[in-house]
Amino acid sequence: MPRRIRRRVAVVGAGMSLFMRRALETGKELSYYAASAALDSAGVRRQDVQAVVMATAPDAFDGIHMKGEYLSDGAGGWRKPYLRAYVGGGSGVFSIISGWSMVASGLFDIVLVVAEEKMSPTQPHPQAAFINIFDHTIERPLGPNLLWIFALEQTRYMHTYGIRNEDIALVSVKNKHNALGHPAAQLGADLTVKEVLASEVVAWPVHRLMVSPVSDGAAAIVLASEDVAKRISPRPVWVEGVGWSLDTSYWGNRDLAYPRYVEDAARMAYEMAGITEPRKQIDVVEPYDPFAYKELHHLEGLLLADRGKAPEDLANGRFDRDGELPSSPSGGLLGVGNPIAAAGLMKICELFWQLRGEAGPRQVPNNPKRGLAQAWGDLMQIGTVAILGV
Amino acid sequence: MDQQVAIVGVGLTPLRSVSPELSFREMIFEAATRAYADARVEPRDIDTFVCVAEDFHEGTSITDEYTPDQLGAVRRPVQTIAGDGLQGLAAAYMLVRSGAADVAVVEAHSKASNILHHEEVLALALDPTYERPWRVTPHAVAALEMRRYLHEAGVGPEVTAQVVVKNRRHALANPFAAYGANLTVEDVLRDAPLAEPLRGLEVSQYADGAVVLVLATLERARALGAQPVLIRGIGWASDEPSLSGRPWAQAVYARLASEMAYHQAGIHSPGDEIDLFEVDDTYAYKELQHLEAALLLDVGEGARLTASGRTVREGDRPVNPSGGSLGMGYGFDASALVRTAMAVLQLRGQAGPLQVPGARTAAVLSWRGVPTTTGGALVLRAV
Repeated sequence: MPRRIRRRVAVVGAGMSLFMRRALETGKELSYYAASAALDSAGVRRQDVQAVVMATAPDAFDGIHMKGEYLSDGAGGWRKPYLRAYVGGGSGVFSIISGWSMVASGLFDIVLVVAEEKMSPTQPHPQAAFINIFDHTIERPLGPNLLWIFALEQTRYMHTYGIRNEDIALVSVKNKHNALGHPAAQLGADLTVKEVLASEVVAWPVHRLMVSPVSDGAAAIVLASEDVAKRISPRPVWVEGVGWSLDTSYWGNRDLAYPRYVEDAARMAYEMAGITEPRKQIDVVEPYDPFAYKELHHLEGLLLADRGKAPEDLANGRFDRDGELPSSPSGGLLGVGNPIAAAGLMKICELFWQLRGEAGPRQVPNNPKRGLAQAWGDLMQIGTVAILGV
Repeated sequence: MDQQVAIVGVGLTPLRSVSPELSFREMIFEAATRAYADARVEPRDIDTFVCVAEDFHEGTSITDEYTPDQLGAVRRPVQTIAGDGLQGLAAAYMLVRSGAADVAVVEAHSKASNILHHEEVLALALDPTYERPWRVTPHAVAALEMRRYLHEAGVGPEVTAQVVVKNRRHALANPFAAYGANLTVEDVLRDAPLAEPLRGLEVSQYADGAVVLVLATLERARALGAQPVLIRGIGWASDEPSLSGRPWAQAVYARLASEMAYHQAGIHSPGDEIDLFEVDDTYAYKELQHLEAALLLDVGEGARLTASGRTVREGDRPVNPSGGSLGMGYGFDASALVRTAMAVLQLRGQAGPLQVPGARTAAVLSWRGVPTTTGGALVLRAV
């Protein structure tokens, strides 16, 4: 039996900063910029905000302990209830879930959600900060990094379903092309599959152009309860369903060919949204694409493509901006950039603009009514899903 | 009608200064097993899980990765709150109130003994541009605040020493406490200062431990046959993060959090309506600041209340009958949930030698420690 949710919640504003490799602004300033843009878009003043949610990934990037506390004033949390939920790379899409629960619970009517990431302080490269995400006894001595373990996962995915790297490189081509229409994008480009595969191998089978960049940036949205949203917003975008699921820490014991935790999260969100046939009922999707293969992997986990068949659908144009199910019309992490938590919330911002018909050159045709955003994180372990609709 | 939410299960491991025989996962497993048994639930009955952790305390980036297995939460909705224990409790509470969950779990733990020099970790919480270059020890930030507090309150160091004596004596009867002791005010005043005027004995000592709480709708709590304690109000707030811009004598975050919780609970006169207080006492003077916030008093009134002796367990306004962090031990953000567990036991009438007779309503007040200005407030009531 589907759960009865106490109150409906709507997104009434969205904004983001430029995504770039080395921002001169501090994390506080990036947060302030995105929060201000979201408040302006909603027509809400800072003093109307009753609570603030912050999403930001490892403290190790900035070297600041309790980073959420440090960012609180920049995000608008001064003398307000301020909360930082944290599920690794899934944090960006989880931040709307946190904000949603604050409003749906009846405790608050207007909540500001901010996601910030500043990866550039980690020198020479933020990849070094990831050594500490691994188990201290059984994994760290191997000196792993994220490129290696995702290369492992991609290999498993290709092997299980007989997928070629050319099929996967096409995701980079699509997303980087889509990003050309995004004013905040870091890496929009017109490329060919050949060019993607000609870029250097960072960890086989992953080539440089199949990995999202290191980025700084912030994104923000404003959430409101149903009665407030109807009063202040000409076109509220409703949060119809949310879901999240965390798999075991022992990722070495799982079959990496399929992200079952993404399916768990999707099923939770579909049930809440009353969706029984997702492929017919979702008009636009923003799956998490930090690596090219992840977009395909996640589309399968979201039950929007058959297992192992997403590359075929991609090749047939199904996921193009004017295809049957436009996927990452924003340009995704591969094109817009990947300031981790902010990248997840960027996907929610994109749905907000797409569903309101405000996405400009990125607008998908036929007036989409319902969109899904998804993020993924931890040790290939968590899926976070939000479904928005008008 | 508002959905009533109750705490229906409590599980904790005794706080200890070291725990070489247990990993944090084993401690959490032990606390969870106790909490689930207390609430009469199986892991499959639980709809959502909230863990409370900070990366630099764990020595792990993205601590969320290591939360599910020991809680029986694999492939379930789990999240980590990088915040105070009461913020974690609030996250779980809101999910139950929203209708997204009927049963929720919140977990927090401390493996402080794994950290060689916590001061060095805390120093990394200071603003990298404006505050770190001074190279002050974080305890000096507390000492500054204490000095300002004593100045504005117009009281001497005897009253903070009295807090230490009271809380460590309370802890003697608490089986979960690590630092029960019989001290005198003179013992405390004789102790060497860490940073003037803050003496060593006025700083709570680190402890290892884990705590798990189970929340449920009141309806579900009754169906489970557990002993519910109602959450009547919960609040939290963050004040100015920078050292230069914050008020130093008054804990504004605690006042805002208390007002939010009291508003929900319909409490207007906390001194008359609340039977016992478990308030943050990471440093002895903080108990006074936090008591003033919890009782909606002016600066200095909490100190005078303490000096009058009324805040002992046997007094008419018991504060930290458990022994607080000074008596039980300090476990970072888990401390708030340890206090909450103690308050739940009090309201169930199961606090044994710590029992405040006839306690029906309790308030918990928490703080995230230096250099933060973030804290939470909770009002609990016996059913």
